[in-house]
Amino acid sequence: MQLAIFIVFGALALGGALNLLLQRHPIHSALSLVVVMMSLAVLYWSLGAEFLAAAQVIVYSGAIMVLFVFVIMLLNAGTEERTHGSRAAYAVGFPGAAAIFCLLIFVFLSERGAMKSTTIGGDLSSTVDNIAQISAMLFTRQLLPFEVTSILILVAILGAVVLARKEQ
Amino acid sequence: MAHLSNFEVFLLLSVLKVAVVLVITLMGVAYTVLLERKLLGRMQNRWGPSRVGPFGLLQPLMDGAKLFLKEDMMPLAVERPLFILAPIIALGCALISVSMVPFGAVTRVQGTDLFQIANVNIGLLVILGVTSIGVYGITLSGWSSNNKYSLLGSLRSTAQMISYELALGLSLVGVVLRAQSLNLRVIVESQSSRGILSWNIFGGCQIVAFFIYLIAAFAETNRAPFDLPEAENELVAGYHTEYSSMKFAMFFMAEYANMITVSCVATLLFLGGSTSVFGHLFDHFLNTPVANAAFPVCWFVVKVFSFLALYIWVRGTLPRFRYDQLMGFGWKFLLPLAMANIIVTSLILAVRG
Repeated sequence: MQLAIFIVFGALALGGALNLLLQRHPIHSALSLVVVMMSLAVLYWSLGAEFLAAAQVIVYSGAIMVLFVFVIMLLNAGTEERTHGSRAAYAVGFPGAAAIFCLLIFVFLSERGAMKSTTIGGDLSSTVDNIAQISAMLFTRQLLPFEVTSILILVAILGAVVLARKEQ
Repeated sequence: MAHLSNFEVFLLLSVLKVAVVLVITLMGVAYTVLLERKLLGRMQNRWGPSRVGPFGLLQPLMDGAKLFLKEDMMPLAVERPLFILAPIIALGCALISVSMVPFGAVTRVQGTDLFQIANVNIGLLVILGVTSIGVYGITLSGWSSNNKYSLLGSLRSTAQMISYELALGLSLVGVVLRAQSLNLRVIVESQSSRGILSWNIFGGCQIVAFFIYLIAAFAETNRAPFDLPEAENELVAGYHTEYSSMKFAMFFMAEYANMITVSCVATLLFLGGSTSVFGHLFDHFLNTPVANAAFPVCWFVVKVFSFLALYIWVRGTLPRFRYDQLMGFGWKFLLPLAMANIIVTSLILAVRG
């Protein structure tokens, strides 16, 4: 069951990611990204990380990507065109992607022994409340990084407001 | 059923539950439309539909048949795949969230719960997530129609839904703090001890949260007084201007299915779900297995029904908001109020606990 879900949604995520790159129209690319994020959420859930899955769907697919689509619709962006810059991106991008792929494969293969001992999806069937664990962790041991991150986001919001008001 | 293994029972019952809940929800959608037309008619001093069947009871079937048999027009300039996908997303998301709702008391047959399709630890978050995905249906329908009224309607709708989703989500935090769980069963059980006195809306002092939820839910489902996305005197019909036949019917059904979902969630979170109004006062009365399974479902249906009636009553009473008023109300009033509610609730819980 676990394996079947992984294969189906892993394939969906890969297909969505490829489609994101191959599509010419920004809306289609944005929607493929939504598919990727939803399948990632399913994969998180199948690994037992329920809260992460829900946050992924609500924050990324439900809020951020809606804003992306919204902006694309408002700007009425046309299809992309080939320029010198995009050719350069092809030239650098393919070897770069291949290198990252090889690096990841190397790391996974060399750490094979360590990964065998973890039970993937072991938390799925248990009745342990994921959210209670995460919140206890965030508000006790990781309190400082958590608060610093929220201040960082606040600064980003203020920066966006300043940029938006600059024209007047 | 004793000769079947637990897994077989689970599989059979799950398929059965999905089928039954789907059929009941769709019938509920059809008859909510009739209820709305009848009640609005009464409020406006007229009869409402009364020709087809006794008291117009067959009207939804006739409407369905009419929409099904209409010609399915596909305008030339539309973005075809997205144009077809949009109503499917809208209706699909509206129907998926019903699967999290517990309709009755815990009634187990060989370990499988009869009155809930999926008991998930994060049930509330799943409902919120699915609702937020439903926005795509409306957004894409407006864009892919290639029509300026559709686009304006869908832009309005998307902005409205994103804005009010915040107030909606924050208004639920007080309830979650009280129940200390996002599991809908646990939330219902946290209000079951003393009947109406321990419901979140009264005993839990979440009445402010309830009104925030109520207003935000009206906006989320694009209902009057927040039905700006389909303001017919400004935008023809809003995002579904170009849709006809079954595709239009899917948007229509999605709107009413969303109403039902929102009513279910309000019932679960604020009105004690499937628990009785009287708490455990009459537990000794009719204490048979069948009655113990049936009464909670009846309570649940009655509560959802009265919430739907409230929806229709509001539609018959209030005029439409202006767009800037809508945005100002959501961001400047509801959101700070919801945050204040969270702070006060958590302070009280901290002092008492």
